[in-house]
Amino acid sequence: MVMTKEARRGREPTGVARVSAALWRRAWLRAALTLSPPLAWFLIIYLASLVVMLVTAFWTVNSFTNNLQHQFSLTNFGALFDAPIPAIIGRTVLLAALVTVTDAVLALPFAYFMARVASRRVRHALFVAVLLPLWASYLARVYAWIVILTKDGTLDWATQRLGLGSPNIAYTNLAMGIVFCYIWLPFMILPVYAALERIPDSFIEASADLGARNARTLRSVVLPLALPGVVAGSIFTFSLTLGDYITPLLIGSGSGTNLIGNVIYDNIGLANDLPFAAALAMVPIAIMIAYLLGARALGAFEAM
Amino acid sequence: MKNRTFFRGRAKRAVVAIAIALPLLGAFDSGAVAASGATVRTADGALTPPTQGMTPQQSVGKGEGELNLIAWEGYAQPEWVKPFEQETGCTVNAKYAGSSSEMVSLMANGGGGQYDLVSASGDADLRLIYGGDVKPVNVNLVPAWKQLRPFLQSPDFNTINGVHYGISLQFGPNDLLYSTKVFPKAPPSWSVIYSKQYAGKITVPNNPIQIADAALYLSAHQPKLGITDPYELTQSQFNAAVTLLKQQRPLIKAYWNLASDEISLFANGEVVAGASWPYQTGQLQAAKVKVADTIPSEGATGWADSWLLAAKAPHPNCAYKWLAYISTAKVQAEQAVNYGETPDNSLACPLMNQLQKGSCDSLHANEPDAYFKSIKFWKTPLAQCDNGQDNCVPFQQWATAWTQVTG
Repeated sequence: MVMTKEARRGREPTGVARVSAALWRRAWLRAALTLSPPLAWFLIIYLASLVVMLVTAFWTVNSFTNNLQHQFSLTNFGALFDAPIPAIIGRTVLLAALVTVTDAVLALPFAYFMARVASRRVRHALFVAVLLPLWASYLARVYAWIVILTKDGTLDWATQRLGLGSPNIAYTNLAMGIVFCYIWLPFMILPVYAALERIPDSFIEASADLGARNARTLRSVVLPLALPGVVAGSIFTFSLTLGDYITPLLIGSGSGTNLIGNVIYDNIGLANDLPFAAALAMVPIAIMIAYLLGARALGAFEAM
Repeated sequence: MKNRTFFRGRAKRAVVAIAIALPLLGAFDSGAVAASGATVRTADGALTPPTQGMTPQQSVGKGEGELNLIAWEGYAQPEWVKPFEQETGCTVNAKYAGSSSEMVSLMANGGGGQYDLVSASGDADLRLIYGGDVKPVNVNLVPAWKQLRPFLQSPDFNTINGVHYGISLQFGPNDLLYSTKVFPKAPPSWSVIYSKQYAGKITVPNNPIQIADAALYLSAHQPKLGITDPYELTQSQFNAAVTLLKQQRPLIKAYWNLASDEISLFANGEVVAGASWPYQTGQLQAAKVKVADTIPSEGATGWADSWLLAAKAPHPNCAYKWLAYISTAKVQAEQAVNYGETPDNSLACPLMNQLQKGSCDSLHANEPDAYFKSIKFWKTPLAQCDNGQDNCVPFQQWATAWTQVTG
């Protein structure tokens, strides 16, 4: 009996077998089934929330009840041009650019050493060193910087020993810049490393064979090939600085240190002015779209 | 590569996203962020809370077995929640909110039929009341209500037109914290935080409501402006306060966000004076930092919390049992000492000293009435002033102006 049952099963395909056969015959169905859950997620959770935010930016807050009023209005976008918002946007973009340049300058020699000079073991150790801070909480690392930068903190203590006075730079734009450079550095090192590692040794040898010295090889071969990696890394450092609100709240709470991120945060948390926060949130998105289009022109996405 | 396809396909996807978003927006409309309940305006233009006409219950029945609270962290500690649960059989589920705005969002639509009570602060109360999210409370069902300090029985932040929407809970002043090394005697005026003499050594909270502190200072020093209520400012009064704060900006070391930020600023000696709460003073003095606090001659602003009853509270009997319990002198003393704030129940002082010696004095629970009268409690600035005119500056503009102040 058992034998015949199994034999019959072998002849007549079961439901599962039929489905798998159908999927094998129709490749498009297979693709649709595997892609639709993540795609639906992407559309509903990610893009739809962006659309909701965009729509919110056209609403206003009732000044009597502080409730949202669903009436189309451009006042929130107009308010983006009122002082001090343009200055805050300018400060944020400038800081993001400076952080990006600093990180690129720091990351290039480091990534070059990792990719082309270090032995396998040293490279692994450096990888761990780059990634280790990412395992610790962002907040804990920012607070560690407060301890370093505050009055009579680690930095002041060190400079006083060296007879350089006490800089006491906590709660300033400089302090924010330093912390951003530190926190986003791994996001610059890794893509630059990936770009440098892909340069074939033969390119360097060919350059030497053609009579180029080290400096010329670096300038004409290594740096151009590393550039897509730098641009890819800069997308991270630039966009993360552009949107961050925790560091400005904790490190930059002095005067004249508002960034886009914490102004959005204040408008949601303290002021309950969601429409203006949504309008202001469009600014970094617009800046990043322009930035990404520029980065694509430089071929940054091949390096990712 | 993925990013390239994203760019190419973005127009098509945006259309799909909008198609998905539109029904979502419908849900959004009736959901948490939308206007909850229509605010009614009477013929003379005065605002009326939408739930004003609801008749509160006249007696407390058997508990429903559950009680859902929205509270500040520390307001539903096991020390007083456990005995309440044993006594009443109401299991307490507390949801902690991080900000007044979060409380307002959670309470939208009368608490959504989910929450019973919210421990709202004065800057959220009027939003909840005029939003129709809370309903009238029968104070006769709260025996200890009569023991509350008289000025907290029917304060204007939770009682409108004689209708109570909640029971006052605890309060604290925004006082002047100073280093006793720099100031051997308490500064008699708030002028120290506006004085160039202490440039770079001042801290104030990073909060738009700080404009009220400036207005309070101006009400004493520039009487021509005619400021009577620091939360109801005409445009010219408001501008004067903002100008004062802009002049103060170069003197500020940091605008503090968390109480712990201010504590470390004083502990490190980065600042010598600032606007603060008694909580910071207690923490710093316990750490042997030489500081003290005072309420200068101009008076001070302050915060006061109340338990407000959700319009759709699903467990009203347990809610009333909680209101009665939390107002008693014993529980008030426990919460005051635990959290570092001043109890509203006037009989709590000796019980506080039993829990922690000297806590009644340090938390100002035994001060004369003149002390309490010098505190102007936070309330939401609305466009409509108390005189019924619509020429006051609403909170939204306070927030915008505060960004201008901090730069």
